[in-house]
Amino acid sequence: MSAVGQNTVAVLVERHATEDGGESVAGPTLEALTLARSLGTPVAVWIGGSPSEDAVELLGDYGAAQVRVIAEDVRVASAAALALREASRDAEIVLVVSTFVNKEIATRLAVLTGAGVVVDAAGASVVDGHVETVQTVFAATWNVRTRINRELAIVGVRPNTTLAVAVEDAALPAVVEVPFTVPATRETVVSVEPVAASDGTPLAEAPVVVSGGRGTGGDYALVRELAELLGGAVGASRDATDEGWISHEHMVGQTGTTVTPALYVACGISGAVHHRGGMQASGTIVAVNLDPDAPIFEISDFGVVGSLFDVLPQAIARIREVRGV
Amino acid sequence: MRILVTVKFTPDLQSNRSFTDGAVTRTADDGSMNELDENAVEAALQLVEAAGEGEVYALTVGGPDAVAAVRKALQLGVTHAIHVSDAGIAGSDVFGTAKVLAAAVRRVHEEAPLDLVITGMAALDGLTSMLPTALAVELDWAQLTLASSLTVADGIATIERHLPDAHEVVSAPLPAVVSVTDEANTPRYPNFKLIMAARSAPVTVLTLADLGVVPSTVGAGAARVTVLDASPRPPREDRVIVTDTGEGGKQLADYLLERGLA
Repeated sequence: MSAVGQNTVAVLVERHATEDGGESVAGPTLEALTLARSLGTPVAVWIGGSPSEDAVELLGDYGAAQVRVIAEDVRVASAAALALREASRDAEIVLVVSTFVNKEIATRLAVLTGAGVVVDAAGASVVDGHVETVQTVFAATWNVRTRINRELAIVGVRPNTTLAVAVEDAALPAVVEVPFTVPATRETVVSVEPVAASDGTPLAEAPVVVSGGRGTGGDYALVRELAELLGGAVGASRDATDEGWISHEHMVGQTGTTVTPALYVACGISGAVHHRGGMQASGTIVAVNLDPDAPIFEISDFGVVGSLFDVLPQAIARIREVRGV
Repeated sequence: MRILVTVKFTPDLQSNRSFTDGAVTRTADDGSMNELDENAVEAALQLVEAAGEGEVYALTVGGPDAVAAVRKALQLGVTHAIHVSDAGIAGSDVFGTAKVLAAAVRRVHEEAPLDLVITGMAALDGLTSMLPTALAVELDWAQLTLASSLTVADGIATIERHLPDAHEVVSAPLPAVVSVTDEANTPRYPNFKLIMAARSAPVTVLTLADLGVVPSTVGAGAARVTVLDASPRPPREDRVIVTDTGEGGKQLADYLLERGLA
């Protein structure tokens, strides 16, 4: 690996479908580009379709010196890893947003290239020519620092771990088409049913998450109202999704979505270990629960022992009152 | 139907865990089989039961304690247990572990072809979920990940999976590596007869030499990533817990407002 300034850092671009049928660059990609600038020169890698002018400009605003485009639609991870390799052959570092699908792609890219890989990282830096990363393990109860011992470093970055900051006087990045032939894969995608673009920010990326558990009894009206008021997303515990009160996409926990928002509000959630593992690294944690012995209080900065049906309406009214709306 | 399930010995999530020299310290009295691997065992047992015939192998890699993971799988009803144990494996990263597992899978596959390798979606201690992919690449088999349902018919495995942006149906020819989520099924409880039988059931113990794995290609020396340090996260300071006596909501709102969070 070369000195920081000379490293090429490839950043795989994540997008979201928008309600008007278009696509927008996901927030965590802007965070990853910001992180990439501290490691070298970022180049954005766009796989599938082509970016709009707005998207190219936005990627440039956050530091992408170039946007490399592979227009072919690549849905299978083994093919996506090959596409990413094609677009990042000159890179010393590859950053992806740490989603389940990207972890698969990162692992395959590591096998293809001999790279070292760390996923779920909360940060990365170049130290003495090696990439070092920090992450939390054991349900976010331990901090770990690791060094990647290979020439190529692949890092999966957790959303909300770097503050996205735009570059001043950004230049419009060049768009470079990268030729790629989608290989035959053993895996065949038989059908894809898109999940309706959710109202608001996806759970993993939301700056605020308000979650409801068993204590809601299935009534999410107050949880939704508070989430909307705070500009956040709605989460749920495993209990609640198992009951069918809310869809699986909302589940916060080790096997659902791991979240690290600035503020996490747990309503009627006891805080089983699997749930805590998915939210314990959040900035400020606030809990409302009837049971004073609920484990969630052990990791809360502020807790109210009481009924969410009393506490939330009063809290919502108070916030509205202070804001004067 | 012949299926191999990889299982991992992990520390009890409720117990205190620690790092020693950059590796997770595990002890037999506070650990067992990774909970998410129970879904993999269940998926394998259900497929064999539906087929009316077949065998299920449980395979683990790790020190002497790791045998607890395959014993648990035997209690659930797997027919064979394999434990790869060798001092040379210590400190392996995900690629080293996948190399060892793949060598053991190939050994079973050569005795009589396997249809599937089934894994859990992740290990709850590390939870990186990279192992199933690394194993599939090492074996050069098809891979289906994060299955919330799994069916096998006419030599094809088909899964459903729920991604944040889409629900997919994906299929691949056998043999394949499939990782299943905790949505895939509800693991059974061991029954008394199987618990008793599992105590004395034979466990095949293999070394790197038995598997023909060159020691220098696995273990700490071959790891692509080194843990430099690890420390427990400090507990949250200045925690405030109030009991709602009519003002709880207001107190909560004020806490958020004072900190610019609302």
